[in-house]
Amino acid sequence: MIAWVIPIALGLFSLGMLFCLYRLAVGPDIIDRVLALDTLMINGIAVIVLADIQMALGIIFEAALLIALMGFIGTVAMTKYLLRGDVIE
Amino acid sequence: MTDVAIPWVLELLIAVFLLVGALVALLGTLGLVRFPDFYTRLHAPTKASTLGVGCTLLGSMIYFSVIKEGISAQEVLITLFLFVTAPVSAHMMAKAALHRRVNAVKRTRQTPWSEE
Repeated sequence: MIAWVIPIALGLFSLGMLFCLYRLAVGPDIIDRVLALDTLMINGIAVIVLADIQMALGIIFEAALLIALMGFIGTVAMTKYLLRGDVIE
Repeated sequence: MTDVAIPWVLELLIAVFLLVGALVALLGTLGLVRFPDFYTRLHAPTKASTLGVGCTLLGSMIYFSVIKEGISAQEVLITLFLFVTAPVSAHMMAKAALHRRVNAVKRTRQTPWSEE
């Protein structure tokens, strides 16, 4: 059952990432693009986890954790720049 | 996929978690495309993606707890991190949008800059 659920879930997540790419390209404001990048990162974590189940490795959670960390830091840095005009004051 | 036999109840549970997670995350990104302005668009992915990825991680946690010895705990770490950081980044983005005075839809009742 899991063997045919995982490709479906991967397809749904990929469709979601395409929607994020649409919002990233269209905008209209820069903050929309920041939101699209944040959502893209979160969906990327889910895709990594699903690929891990598919290949039954159980070792790429470090990559998922790193992407989560970098996505959060990137979002905060970009919003900080938009708010204050500088990242670290 | 490994050849470890998984009980069918657990297999059904994992499949349901993975499918529900993917569907909820897809709904969140659909909201990101379809909603009219930024403040409504902020609602859809920050909540739905967190729940969707949380469901996927829960399914993955059950799966790796079954096929490996012991409970696999890295997923708990990722889930906790996501649940802590998603509201923070959403709050920061909302603050930045208010600061930049991003246009809201017309029937928004009160914008902070309308009284000036």
